[in-house]
Amino acid sequence: MSFFEILRSAMRGVTANKLRSILTLLGVTIGVGSVILLLAVGNGSAQTVQNAISNLGTNTLTVRASQQGGGGGATTASTAGSSVKTITTTVADQLDSAGLGHVKEVVPQVSTSLTVSSTSTSSTDVSVIGSTAEYFDVSTAKVASGAAFTAADVTTSAKVAVIGSELATTLYPTGSALGQTISVDGSSFTVVGILATQSSSGFTDPNTVVIAPITRIQKSYTGYGAVSTLTVLATSSDDVAAAQGEVTVMLNQLLGVTDTSDEPFTVTNQSSLLETAAASATSFTVLLGAVAAISLLVGGIGVTNVMLVTVTERTREIGIRKALGATRGAILGQFLTEAATLTLLGGVLGVIGAVIGTHWQINGTQPVILGYSIPLALGVSVAIGVFFGVYPAARAARMRPIQALRAI
Amino acid sequence: MTNLEIDQTSVLRLRDIQQVYGTGEASVHALRGIDLDVAQGDYVAIMGPSGSGKSTLMNLLGCLDIASDGVYELAGHDVRSLTERELAKVRNEEIGFVFQSFNLVPRMTALANVELPLIYGGVRRAERRRLALEALDLVGLADRADHQPQQLSGGQQQRVAIARALVTSPTLVLADEPTGNLDSASTEEILGILDSLADAGRTIVIITHEENVAERAHRILTISDGLIIRDTAASTSTATAGVLQ
Repeated sequence: MSFFEILRSAMRGVTANKLRSILTLLGVTIGVGSVILLLAVGNGSAQTVQNAISNLGTNTLTVRASQQGGGGGATTASTAGSSVKTITTTVADQLDSAGLGHVKEVVPQVSTSLTVSSTSTSSTDVSVIGSTAEYFDVSTAKVASGAAFTAADVTTSAKVAVIGSELATTLYPTGSALGQTISVDGSSFTVVGILATQSSSGFTDPNTVVIAPITRIQKSYTGYGAVSTLTVLATSSDDVAAAQGEVTVMLNQLLGVTDTSDEPFTVTNQSSLLETAAASATSFTVLLGAVAAISLLVGGIGVTNVMLVTVTERTREIGIRKALGATRGAILGQFLTEAATLTLLGGVLGVIGAVIGTHWQINGTQPVILGYSIPLALGVSVAIGVFFGVYPAARAARMRPIQALRAI
Repeated sequence: MTNLEIDQTSVLRLRDIQQVYGTGEASVHALRGIDLDVAQGDYVAIMGPSGSGKSTLMNLLGCLDIASDGVYELAGHDVRSLTERELAKVRNEEIGFVFQSFNLVPRMTALANVELPLIYGGVRRAERRRLALEALDLVGLADRADHQPQQLSGGQQQRVAIARALVTSPTLVLADEPTGNLDSASTEEILGILDSLADAGRTIVIITHEENVAERAHRILTISDGLIIRDTAASTSTATAGVLQ
């Protein structure tokens, strides 16, 4: 019996019982497709975080007021008897001009949450950030159209703003928001720039923010107290640790901190922060992988079930074929080819489905297919299908024809 | 008792064939020593009540099962010494088996069913088709070649099965109660086909418990409790004397 004949009789077997074949196919397709897709989603979110790291550069530090040091006043009693200042724009300026060897730039930010409206619509709880013109150098926010506000705008407390792309379309759904006036809690700002769309990797959606000169935000909304964060740009990514040390020492000095174990601020290294995020994204991938593995297992059990029923049902057929002179090899070849054809076809359909599926964003994450997931998913499902298709057939083929004929 | 004058045209030669199922005290002695010779071109009917061992004997003759003990030679092959692969070849080339329950492969056309033994025999496609159609024509079903078993009547299915048994031009045609599941009209059809095969010189062994079916054969063997108890020539043909024990 030639290979071609085996293939032909296997094809006849596949098409003979269409429902059974389709069910097997479906089990494999879903199993393979979900493994590849879920791993791709996990991988995609991990890559989003990694992109954020490379966008940020690894040469920035973030200074935040710590819990006990924060507050609205200019001074606060930290420990008994000592008066410690909070970080204000003045402190930021002093830090910037202190001539620290590894610090290139210090960018203060204040933030608040306000209602922003156009003539037609309004949007509540919009994150409003006040900063200097250098903000656009140190953050992931990049101006896509228009221009960022300038240092002169900061000096004059100009009522200009750069807004997120999503906020722009919300406020001006029909035309461009560029050059339009928006009202931030009652006062009018001119939109001078619109940010490029970013993937959301933090707690606030970067596509719905308003960024304006820090002087204007302080004057109109937050007052001249503590800033929320300072972003410090180190001279290079190798100097981040050195810069962190310098900034800590200088801030302690500027704020009059005597007890260094109780600093009113924390300095975090952006890259280490994002490494943590990347690690959590990795565990997310592992979690999705586990879910995917379970679905592959369930799909595999489905295939196993169909295959076992099929072969048991066809033991009699195996008996007939043996009585007509089929060798064990011919029968094994037929069942092997049938099982392999079905599971491979199902697997390939699953791969195609998953590849198509990754073209859509899932909850803001663009799935990225992991190279190894395709052979892995395909291999496991084909192996399961072939084993459970062939093993019982092999047992039946070993019987004497009369035993197989009497089965059932 | 040994047969010293071995018939050169003997197709089947059985000596002291025993078949035991199970072991120990639970064992069942289905055949207790069968000696039998069937000559080329003979038409033999085996009769006996159920449980007599006639089906067991048939399965041994068709190489569907292997005897526990004894000698079975089929067309010169010592069956009990054959390997699995050689047995498959013997089943394919020497034997055409017709079952009581037809045993056609479901969801395969009559033509494909008849082609099956030829596929396993390694016959090329065009030749296979020609032989299969010829065999179907012989049983009068050439026009039903594209029908699947479930679209055919019982009699038609059995005729397809006979075509399948004949298509390889086997040395021996074995029929296990071929009319057991059929009405009288279909039975007559099948018996007519078997008669014409016998007339054409085919060696046929048929199992039946119906007198009228057995009467068509040239020689009738009666089995009881695993032994041949009677061997009668039903017609004028040259039936080889069976050995009674």
